[in-house]
Amino acid sequence: MPFSPPDGLVVVVKRDCPTCEMVVPVLRELAVQPVPLTVYVQDDPTFPEGLTAVSDTTLEASYHLNIEIVPTLLRVAGGQETVRVEGWNKENWRALTAVADLGETLPDHRPGCGSKSVEPGMPEKLAVRFGDAQIASRRVEVPPLLDEIEFCYEQGWSDGLPVVPPTEERVYRMLQGTTRDPQAVLGLVPPNKVPLTVEKVAINAVLAGCKPEYMPVVLTAVSAALRDEFCMHGILATTYFSSPVVIVNGPVARQIGMNSGVNVLGQGNRANATIGRALQLVIRNVGGGRPGEIDRAVLGTPGKYTFCFAENEADSPWEPLAVSRGVAPGQSAVTLFAGDGVHAVVDQLSRTPESLARSFAATLKTVAHEKLALASEVLLVVSPEHGRTFRQAGWSRQRLLDDLHQLLLRPGSELVRGANGIAEGLPEQFAGETAVPKFPPNGMHIVHAGGPAGMFSAVIGGWVATGSKGTQTVTEVLALDK
Amino acid sequence: MTTLLDPTAELRSIKREKLPRPASLDGLTVGLLDISKARGSIFLDQLETHLAGQGVAVRRYRKPTFARVAPAALRQQIVQDCDAVIEALAD
Repeated sequence: MPFSPPDGLVVVVKRDCPTCEMVVPVLRELAVQPVPLTVYVQDDPTFPEGLTAVSDTTLEASYHLNIEIVPTLLRVAGGQETVRVEGWNKENWRALTAVADLGETLPDHRPGCGSKSVEPGMPEKLAVRFGDAQIASRRVEVPPLLDEIEFCYEQGWSDGLPVVPPTEERVYRMLQGTTRDPQAVLGLVPPNKVPLTVEKVAINAVLAGCKPEYMPVVLTAVSAALRDEFCMHGILATTYFSSPVVIVNGPVARQIGMNSGVNVLGQGNRANATIGRALQLVIRNVGGGRPGEIDRAVLGTPGKYTFCFAENEADSPWEPLAVSRGVAPGQSAVTLFAGDGVHAVVDQLSRTPESLARSFAATLKTVAHEKLALASEVLLVVSPEHGRTFRQAGWSRQRLLDDLHQLLLRPGSELVRGANGIAEGLPEQFAGETAVPKFPPNGMHIVHAGGPAGMFSAVIGGWVATGSKGTQTVTEVLALDK
Repeated sequence: MTTLLDPTAELRSIKREKLPRPASLDGLTVGLLDISKARGSIFLDQLETHLAGQGVAVRRYRKPTFARVAPAALRQQIVQDCDAVIEALAD
């Protein structure tokens, strides 16, 4: 039944509040007035002595009345609050009650105490119990004496690492991180083509260890993964290594504390770690994509736990990756690349962009196999110390891409099957071509990230099914900013 | 007792039994589905020769790419045309 406060005067108090104790004589004065008085008490139904109070130890009334301070005095007419006073203020209490000499012996004012309904963690509990949280997912009871995290393992909800048990309160709190309707459908999640709701994303974000403020990024990453051109089904099902690599651009990265610097592709940052993990858990739990079932990777990659980082935009020699892909400057966005592991590029001696580009090309040509071409896209992570060389020389991102393209051209005769004593290679029809590109058009992606010291960059190879027959890198503007 | 929210799709896959294998291929049409993996066609060519030698009617099909599930129209076409299908997965 919907809560409706009684007409007249309503006061909410708790015994564990000196101001509430102080106003007890005032409440006795009000109790004998013609206007009906209802006193709700949050902690001890025997308080205040000598008055009949309504127990609100469940805090249901306090929740519905939106009480933040005790005592709070309200006037209610026709079930609606018309005015309220928080704490003790003689003048305001007298005005509200129309009792001219109310609390004559009390000081003019004294602040109240915090309501029990706003103690840490309580608003979520009350919203779940009494509010319109509208969480639709099935409730699962953890048997008594069973550890909750162990229970989650038994249900098959984990990627192998412990998960945060998705209680109603935690999921409610996670949903506060987005303005989107919990039942809004983002798309069909592979492999089972299940309609994916914001609520299911939130539950998996809880499992992953996300904070609510990460939700806009998680939702955007998930949305991007569901786009047909990204081909998440194939990325999941393939025997190859690939998995989504999530690259975050724009102000949101700093707002939520993402790492774009030291150890950027490694461990230790909560946002990086849990956003990428949330995406993986959505695919696993909602989509039904589990290793050994639909996921047939022969080796896989550690990035299948999580692979998410932010671009170091502040001192980048170039415009951000997302901007180079058509997103407006200053706009937050998420780019998804189907990548495998991190391959190191060492170059501590090059001081010219020409020399450094050649070092990059020497590694780039080995992606998947030195004799395979046009098989995959690639992500090149350029570190600040390498980026500096290009900045000082005035090389744009496009200049570097063009240079790499030229450096990676190979005669087909070197690449065909059997050439160089290696059976693997391109089909024989490439034998007559003089210049075969390593990557398809727009298949090289460059991002600037990493710590300030160390003349290393990284190559992350793409899935060897690319273009319309496989995956294409996708960029999606942050959901909240739409 | 702690209450948790189900992070899954809350669906259970229907387990369907395989159709019984035909006792004989006499008079049946067999579909050979190439999923577009490299060299899969070589294996299917061998199968076609073998089956045709036994007088079995054979039809060939090809997925546009191994990276995506077969289009519904292709699946429906195979169901319409064939009594059995062999899918080549190997590289």
